[in-house]
Amino acid sequence: MEFSAPWKITKYERCPLSAFAESFRTAVTLVLDADPVLWRTVRLSLAVSLSACVIAAGFGLAGGAWLAVARFPGRRVLLAVLNTLLALPSVVVGLVVYLLLSRSGPLGAWGILFTPSAMVIAQTILVLPVIAALARQLVHDSLRDGGDQLRSMGASPFTAAALMLLHERWAVATIMLTAFGRAVSEVGAVMIVGGNIDGVTRVITTTIALETSKGDLPLALALGIVLLALVGLINAGIGIAQRAQGGNLAIAR
Amino acid sequence: MTAMLSLDRVGVRYGNVAALNDVRLRVDRGDFVALVGANGSGKTTLLQALHGLVAHTGARTVAPQAAAQVMVFQRPFMLRLSVWNNLRLALWLASVPAGERAARASEALQRAGLSELRDRQARSLSGGQQQRLALARAWATRPAVLFLDEPTANLDPSAKKEIEAMLARFKDDGMTLVMSTHNLGQAKRLATRVVYLDHGHIRADLPTTRFFGEHLDARADLFLKGELTWDME
Repeated sequence: MEFSAPWKITKYERCPLSAFAESFRTAVTLVLDADPVLWRTVRLSLAVSLSACVIAAGFGLAGGAWLAVARFPGRRVLLAVLNTLLALPSVVVGLVVYLLLSRSGPLGAWGILFTPSAMVIAQTILVLPVIAALARQLVHDSLRDGGDQLRSMGASPFTAAALMLLHERWAVATIMLTAFGRAVSEVGAVMIVGGNIDGVTRVITTTIALETSKGDLPLALALGIVLLALVGLINAGIGIAQRAQGGNLAIAR
Repeated sequence: MTAMLSLDRVGVRYGNVAALNDVRLRVDRGDFVALVGANGSGKTTLLQALHGLVAHTGARTVAPQAAAQVMVFQRPFMLRLSVWNNLRLALWLASVPAGERAARASEALQRAGLSELRDRQARSLSGGQQQRLALARAWATRPAVLFLDEPTANLDPSAKKEIEAMLARFKDDGMTLVMSTHNLGQAKRLATRVVYLDHGHIRADLPTTRFFGEHLDARADLFLKGELTWDME
């Protein structure tokens, strides 16, 4: 992959601060010049991570809400496993998905290894426990406050749990942001199942890893800044929306 | 009288603590039962047992016509939605047909004097307004039995008066009500029966006029006089 913006490497090796300054300048230049390769990489990163988060949210929020109210033998063990999976190493997920999707694997017939679809699957598996575990805790705590009231009004346990997700929608947004941060910043899984193919499966994190290994630190740092800015923008968006609702409440008082 | 609810030898334990012991109670159609007693005497637990919100030993019988029940809590829980949507949601949970929900919600708001606040966030209302909304929300579902857990605790005198006026209207409509309260004056004004609880036991269950007019057992007498102190409890 070749970026159109030029930069030099050697002069930064002795002065890291200059490297940071130049990286920032490079990042700004790449963004302002609307570098097509940069945007293609950013677009793919966003598409893969957002898709994974949306899919994982469907299962994770419902599963977390269900786990908050379900009572069955082995529930504690399942919760312990779920909490352990919060620290699931991304390379392990990548390896497992690779084995499943490789030609000799059980899902090899799908033929999606080294495609963005494989990357979406890997990141979905990675963030699913995060969403499910945090949603379970959120619903569990909220039900202490209003669970009896909802049950009194006729809500089934699962309906009450689902209503708590609606009630705590800003906390759910924070959970989703956490999941997105985990997905968009991981490198191990997408590197293994995507293969870091230029123009096909190369995302921001794999590009950073590649450019760093080539010694091209300014570009790697520039992409890191772009990545951080993306997450910061999403976070700011949620914050503004949250304040807007808070503002309405304040006016209403 | 038609029995709506009855408990037979009901017990509730929280760990090692027995919150209710061998309780027998019958609630008839049109009753307004006030549960009185000191803190920790088991009033809230008895309400929860009657409503089926807590696991218990013994038998709880609910007549078919008493299946629709709602409880209003001391601190009403409102979802982070508008007043209107909180009402609509309660009607949806009560399986009220979609076509009737808007009319019922409007009527309930009107009855509670909250029509002008329908688009406000429910959680932004004052304590008294939230309690009125909780009562309106419960009333909108047309329950056969309404449970109230100290509905006027922590409210100022004018808000208390508004809540009592709503409860009196519910009673006049023929609704069956069971309310826990620390306010003996309120029990005297509203209830048709008073049940006195002490350490999880029912010590007195009498029509209101008799409860306040007769010589009760020593502890109930002390409670009525406000002289049952913590070291005697």
